[in-house]
Amino acid sequence: MSSSVATPSSPQQDPPAPAAPTTTAARTAKRPGDVIFSGLSIGSGLLIFLTLALVFIFLLIRSWPAIQTSRELTGNADAVSLVQYVAPLVYGTVLAALLALLMAVPIAVGIALFISHFAPRSLATPLGFLIDLLAAVPSVVFGLWGGVWLVPRLEPLFFFLNEHLGWIPLFGGTVSAPMRNMASASVVLAVMILPIITAVTREIFLQTPRLQEEAALALGATRWETIKTVVLPFGRSGVVSASMLGLGRALGETMAVLMVLSPGETFSLRILQVGQHNTIAANIASHSAEATPDVMARLIFTGLVLFVFTFIINAIARAIVSRTTKS
Amino acid sequence: MIARKNKLAAVAALGLTSVLALSACGGGAGTTSGGTGSDNGGSASGTTVSGQLAGAGASSAESAQGAWTQNFTALNPEAQVTYDAVGSGAGREQFLNGGVKFAGTDSALKDEEIAQSATACQGGSAFDVPIYISPIAVVYKLDGVTDLQLSAPTIAGIFAGTITNWNDPAIAADNPSATLPDLAITPVHRQDSSGTTKNFTDYLSANAPDAWTYGAVEEWPIQGGQSGDKTSGLISVVEGGNGTIGYADASKAGNLGIAKLKVGDEYVEYTPEAAAKAVEDSPRAEGRAEGDIVIELDRTLTDPTTYPLVLVSYLAVCDTYADADTANLVKAYASYIVSPEGQKAAAQAAGNAALTDTLSAEATASIEKIKAAG
Repeated sequence: MSSSVATPSSPQQDPPAPAAPTTTAARTAKRPGDVIFSGLSIGSGLLIFLTLALVFIFLLIRSWPAIQTSRELTGNADAVSLVQYVAPLVYGTVLAALLALLMAVPIAVGIALFISHFAPRSLATPLGFLIDLLAAVPSVVFGLWGGVWLVPRLEPLFFFLNEHLGWIPLFGGTVSAPMRNMASASVVLAVMILPIITAVTREIFLQTPRLQEEAALALGATRWETIKTVVLPFGRSGVVSASMLGLGRALGETMAVLMVLSPGETFSLRILQVGQHNTIAANIASHSAEATPDVMARLIFTGLVLFVFTFIINAIARAIVSRTTKS
Repeated sequence: MIARKNKLAAVAALGLTSVLALSACGGGAGTTSGGTGSDNGGSASGTTVSGQLAGAGASSAESAQGAWTQNFTALNPEAQVTYDAVGSGAGREQFLNGGVKFAGTDSALKDEEIAQSATACQGGSAFDVPIYISPIAVVYKLDGVTDLQLSAPTIAGIFAGTITNWNDPAIAADNPSATLPDLAITPVHRQDSSGTTKNFTDYLSANAPDAWTYGAVEEWPIQGGQSGDKTSGLISVVEGGNGTIGYADASKAGNLGIAKLKVGDEYVEYTPEAAAKAVEDSPRAEGRAEGDIVIELDRTLTDPTTYPLVLVSYLAVCDTYADADTANLVKAYASYIVSPEGQKAAAQAAGNAALTDTLSAEATASIEKIKAAG
């Protein structure tokens, strides 16, 4: 880490150096290993585009019957309005993911800082390992745990919030057990995305140039000031990227939401009231089993919306990252 | 907390034992009823049947279909039958497109679907036979109340949201001897679209048209409120609260309370026999071709030996198949399903009600007419 940027590249150039400089380039390019490897890596890179394009085309073709017969295209008042159908689902999906991020990111950054800068090595290593392990737990397990264990334990907290902070729209409305509401779902989602955000953020914080940190300490900065002035600015884009990974998982999460949330289709802010929100993925999962072809087309259309939406959110995140790194 | 743990352990133990029991009786049924079953197949086609047969449809009868396909293969080792629980609508669609040779469906084929079936059925037509009867239970969890009785208008009021507390006079009128707590009612519905919801709402709209104005629908018509995904999800939501009430396939009710329904002047506890009797006492749908057995469930029966909150699932098959092998195979499989042995195997596996002997004989007679083209 302490070496300058130029040095690491020179040892790599060393091995081919003994041969005559003029022929090296030509000879290395012709080696079959190189050709195969570059072909493979280019192929894998293109495969991503191909898969994405195929998924997009599939979604478009299969949802076309729904788009074609929608109220928006036909102008027929009796037809199903796709906008009216999709909008509450999009709202619910985004609300769940944002609430989950709001809860998970600060805690994840805290855990990552603890592991990278505060914990003794003997604790940091197993803790990091544990976080990686948690990131691999399937979401259905989180859903089961959330539905069976966590939600009943959140009851007193939610009743308290509703009673004392009910004047905030978020906590208003009528609250009744079991707490199969948006708040429970987003707590389970937050727990679920916590490990992945933590794991990525920790890696970034560990990359902070040692020299800069030492310089800050040498200038008389405290531990916290060092983190504030060196580690956090350095890791900012990494934290955003990690959050986007978590957001992606939260947006598309199906089982955990399905098992914890009693769905509804409103634009309500009341996250403690049941039967108000639903997410796109959970809606698809719960309705696909007995779906008639036209309902199926509509469900696939919501999938298309989610696909496009994830794209947009990722683009926004990239924009944020590039802007922060520039400044 | 300790009580909840015990309950969980009890549920887990119950699940484990039922799985063991299921696998045990699956094997047992296959071997013990082997003689009679192959006799059936023999009388239908002359030899034991062979080949592959694929079906698709309703998920309500999935565990029964599982038992049937397994036992049928045990009886006819050369034959292989598969059932894909894709849902009633998708199953009928695949059947009419010729993708699968039979469909399981919670609602009988519509007139236009029968007209459309000529292509899949080699110029013949498709017909339905009832194969699966399941009582739907009104389940509840209410500490201190063990013997709840409800009339249809009360249930409709509860689920429509007009009756919101357990000490409501309407509930008290149904339960003169019970002490009802001052507790909010939390009605729980199915969040996926399902045949159970359709039959439940059909029952409500037939018996309490004033209190239930939403008609018979597959998808829950009221916004908001508690709900659970599939039968198991609904049951766990009802179990998770206090003062909760829901509706589910009676065999899946577990240790929840099951309300007695008011039929005529009496309150009737659900039994498989009462459910089967309700189906037998109900009239046939009119305007159906001969052999197409469709039951117009009479939800307003007043005979207290019947339980009219019941779901009937059908088997949709063609009367004509392209070749003799397929025709024989479908005939043998369908005969096995409606035979008393098949019905018993399903009742053991799925906990549903068996067809009555009269209905079983009638269905067998319809199935006998399946033939090969030409």
